[in-house]
Amino acid sequence: MIALDALHAAPPVLTLHAPVLLVAAPLIAACAAALAPSGRIGWMISVTGSVFAAWMALALVGETARHGLVTYTFGGFAPPLGIGFHIDGFSAMMALLISCAGVIASIYSGHALTTEVRAEKHTLVQAGFMLCQTGLLGLVSTGDAFNAFVFLEVSSIGTYALVAIGESRDRRALPAAFNYLIMGTIGATFYLVGLGFLYAATGTLNMVDMAARLATLSDSTVVQAGFAFVVVGLGIKAAMFPLHGWLPGAYAYAPSLVSIFLAATATKASLYLMARFVFDVFPDGAAFGQGFIHWVLAPLAATAAIVCSIQAVFEREVRRILAFSSVAQVGFILLGLSVGAAAGFSGAMLYLLAHALLKMTLFMAIGGLALSLRFRTLDDIAGIARDAPWSATAFAIGAAGLAGAPLTIGFLAKWRLIEDALHAGQIWIVVVLAVASLLTLLYVGRMVEAVFFRAAPAGAQRAKEAPVGVLAPLFVIAGLCIWFGIDASLPEQLANSASRALMGAL
Amino acid sequence: MSFFAMHFNYIVVVILLMAGLFLVFSSGNLIKRMIGLAMFQSSAALFFISLGKVSGGTAAIAVAPGSTEARALASQLDPAYVAQVGVEGVVYSNPLPHALILTAIVVGVATLAVGLAIAVRIREAFGSVEAKDIDVLSRVEATQPGPQA
Repeated sequence: MIALDALHAAPPVLTLHAPVLLVAAPLIAACAAALAPSGRIGWMISVTGSVFAAWMALALVGETARHGLVTYTFGGFAPPLGIGFHIDGFSAMMALLISCAGVIASIYSGHALTTEVRAEKHTLVQAGFMLCQTGLLGLVSTGDAFNAFVFLEVSSIGTYALVAIGESRDRRALPAAFNYLIMGTIGATFYLVGLGFLYAATGTLNMVDMAARLATLSDSTVVQAGFAFVVVGLGIKAAMFPLHGWLPGAYAYAPSLVSIFLAATATKASLYLMARFVFDVFPDGAAFGQGFIHWVLAPLAATAAIVCSIQAVFEREVRRILAFSSVAQVGFILLGLSVGAAAGFSGAMLYLLAHALLKMTLFMAIGGLALSLRFRTLDDIAGIARDAPWSATAFAIGAAGLAGAPLTIGFLAKWRLIEDALHAGQIWIVVVLAVASLLTLLYVGRMVEAVFFRAAPAGAQRAKEAPVGVLAPLFVIAGLCIWFGIDASLPEQLANSASRALMGAL
Repeated sequence: MSFFAMHFNYIVVVILLMAGLFLVFSSGNLIKRMIGLAMFQSSAALFFISLGKVSGGTAAIAVAPGSTEARALASQLDPAYVAQVGVEGVVYSNPLPHALILTAIVVGVATLAVGLAIAVRIREAFGSVEAKDIDVLSRVEATQPGPQA
């Protein structure tokens, strides 16, 4: 495995403009896809846009590994007056994750959309999908707090529409999308109000500049009010317990293209922004920040990890099990972040990457099965491994990883997380992680048992194996889950550089 | 000036914010919830506009010093204040929050449009825009034994 700082993915002229091309490519693809004459062409445009964005993200990963920080200014106005992109190891890792998830999901969508969405909507679905990607990539690249709000909303508006499109499979997608829209908008507006407070206190919106000015302002009640609004707003977007009510519906009823992409990226991009604010923008060691991490963030994350795992254990619908599991796993990541100030963030970062890969595998395998069989509960997919052995195998890999089986990235990430917690001397977090992992084993075990060891109900509809266009990206991701479990040097390098970026000042 | 008069804008902002949120969470009607959401977003807009306003300030478009317009603007200001700031007697409001909130309003309108479009589709699919009815119909769907055809 090559070292990241030796990575020269793109020619110099592209590398120079990689930060803006990263965001512009999917945006242009979104416009082009909306105008495409047929779904097939729209799909090709979407794949091209995603691949190009992933290429640029790769170039940025190399650049940030070499220089630590890549800045890009727009219109010749230098920050803090102008708006600039500000990409460090953390941003580069997120950009790579989002764009690679975009590539996999868009390739996968070629087959999956045809059975899930009416043909005349395909170009628009691809356009919405590219918009969502644009927003997320912009969110992790920008160095301006208000710019981040705009990108957050660009991605969210795309997502609301995409979740609602799921109605052709299950009409419950519509109320789920509406609920998501209400909660998402409240979250974004809270963030906006918080920014208003911070702007009033500091007179700047540039994150670096804001961090410098906040260093002496941590006693100000205006700053503390701003902190509260920003954290609650982003907490809603990141499905932080107990603000996660919108998530299970949105993940469960969306078309599989959307649930794959969202499960891997959407909450994580909001987590990124929250971590940026809590650990970078707000002064280290301020009493209110520490208090928040110890008395709000960590206990809520622990509650999420346990309560939502229990909900997943008792849930009947397959996609909702995975969705509740996502909320629980966000809790795992937040627990990792909460010990980060003492032990470094690499455990949390590695877990974030691992969960994205594993949840993508699971949602893709489920989506592949859904192409030939309409199902809802675990009973509906009992014994499906006999009809669709390959999809079921990939599903088992994802499930094993989620439960933390050795030789998968899930094991390594959990191990690192526990190591970090021990390092920080937080024994209770280790206990919570262990209990939640056992609960994970329970619901994962239920799913695997149903798929492999239960007999299909008599007279049930037979499933067909998913087509190659679905199996190929599925096995790429499932393969990565195993490969990274054996040789984790790549995700570890990414996680370490992200952790360094978050530990150091902006 | 009393506290109340000095913070009048912010009191309105807080009332609007609370009323909007209350409407979103208390109402079962999807359209009313969208109205609440719009109120909530407007409160954020008012908040930003209040932040950027400088008392006696005009729009941030440069006024030629010594022109009749500049003199007219200066005559409206408190003379002591003009002596203190000393910028040709013209005070500008901070344009940045106003520009920001213009963007946020556009975002809000887009969200509102998507929300109402989804509400229309909900009406078509469930025959109602009352959360109560939709919940009942959804629950029926969830308890159906077999997969939906």
